[in-house]
Formats: sequence, structure tokens, C-alpha cells
Amino acid sequence: MIRVTRRYRFSASHRLHAAALSEAENRTLYGKCNNPFGHGHNYVLEVSVRGPVDPATGRAADPRALDRLAEKVVIRAFDHRNLNTEVAAFRDCVPTTENLGREILRRLEQAWTSEFPGPWPVLEKIRIAETERNIFEISR
Amino acid sequence: MLITKRVDFSASHVCRNPALSDQQNLEIYGADANPHGHGHNYAVEVTLSGEPDPVTGMVFDLKRLKDILNERVVEYFDHRFLNYEAPPFDRVVPTTENLALEIWARLQPALDGRLAAVRVYETEDLFVDYFGGAR
Repeated sequence: MIRVTRRYRFSASHRLHAAALSEAENRTLYGKCNNPFGHGHNYVLEVSVRGPVDPATGRAADPRALDRLAEKVVIRAFDHRNLNTEVAAFRDCVPTTENLGREILRRLEQAWTSEFPGPWPVLEKIRIAETERNIFEISR
Repeated sequence: MLITKRVDFSASHVCRNPALSDQQNLEIYGADANPHGHGHNYAVEVTLSGEPDPVTGMVFDLKRLKDILNERVVEYFDHRFLNYEAPPFDRVVPTTENLALEIWARLQPALDGRLAAVRVYETEDLFVDYFGGAR
């Protein structure tokens, strides 16, 4: 088995604000991230898939198929967007990078068979860096 | 404990399976199938696992590891055209996956059973990991 990882970049703005908390509680909890006008990040996303090496092609995954999938369900949806106002999933859900990671995983899973109809490769995990210093990883 | 050492080399390659037509190769490998070849700055991260030796405090002698990596990986692949100069890639397609498998096979006998993972970066944005076992 081989793990193949592809890295993607997108830039987006967000505001962290939990509807269930008061204005003051939000300011205390999220600090600068609660700024009502929002702020942005250059996100770096790593998508890892796993599979056996096909003896004919020498490949465990076609990176171009993964690129098409990521472009369709992640980059096009999030790049140069305001996550709170332009992405339906974050209307009622705080766009922390934890929740963003879950949303990305959900989108990749949902569209997976459109590019990978066979049993392999399988989606293994994603890793998303909000900044170079804050990194989140979700395994399936 | 895991320890990782990184080395790099630059090489050219063509991804093409001679059993397939030009059109099929283009569909599978895209620009990588260009028959004239193209190059990458590859980086290899080699991870060993073990407990530090009670006397030396080391999982593995890093000087020795450096020599092994240079001898078995860098000198063999650096500034080579993989398909023409670095067997088995005269008959095995030099995809990043196959490079990881080959680097594992070249290193494994020299690392006292400590090899845990080989990661090969073809570019900063595309890399593969092999942890041994079934391919």
C-alpha cells in the first residue's frame, strides 16, 4: 500500500462567532478572530489517499483525478470566498478550521466516486493548515 | 521513537508504459508522458523507528545514516535520467510510487531493521509514503 498526498492552496475570509454565545463571550473566546468584519487566511490543504500500486501504471492514484475533484468540490467553493456568507455549511456553523476540515472531508467523500469509481484508492485523511503555525488533521 | 532524515536529488524521467499506446500513455500520465523527459527536484524523507541506545543516546548513528543515504540514494539518482541510467527504471515506470518502493528496497538491508517509512516528494505539492509490506 502506498499513500499519495497532494497539496492545494486556497485563500478565504471568515469570522469566528458562535450564535449561542453572547457578544462578550464571543470576544473573549475567539479574540481577534471575532472581528465583525472578518479576516483571511492562505489555507494549505493536504489530501491523502491510500491504495495498492497498479502494476500496469506504477501508480496508486491518478493525481490529475484528485486535482479535478479538489478543484470541483473544494477550491471552486472556497477560494477567494467569505466562508460565513458564501458557503451554506457555515451559515449556522462556526467556520473554525476544525469545522472547515470536516466540511472538506464531507465534500470529498460525497463526490469521491465521480473520479474514483473503483475500490481504490480510498480517501485516508486530510490535513489543513490555517497558517503555518496552526495545523489540523482529520483521519477517516 | 521516530527519527527522520531528509536528502534530495534532481533527476529527469518519462512516465510511459511501452505496452500501451501513445494516446493511452498521454491519458494516464499527462505531461509526464512527454517522450523527451522532464525533471524534478526530488526530496526523500527516511524515517527510522527504535529506542535510543542507552550508551550513545541515539536511535541510529546519523553520520552513518547520511553515508547510507548518499551512497544508496543520492549518488545513484542525482543528475540522472532515471529511465536510461538508473535500473530498474529502464523497465519499471518511474512514478513517484515506484521510486518510493525502489528506495525502500535499496535502503532496507542497510538499516538494521529500523526502516519505518520512506516519503518521496516529486514536487512540494505531490508526495507519497511507503511503510513497507504489501505494495
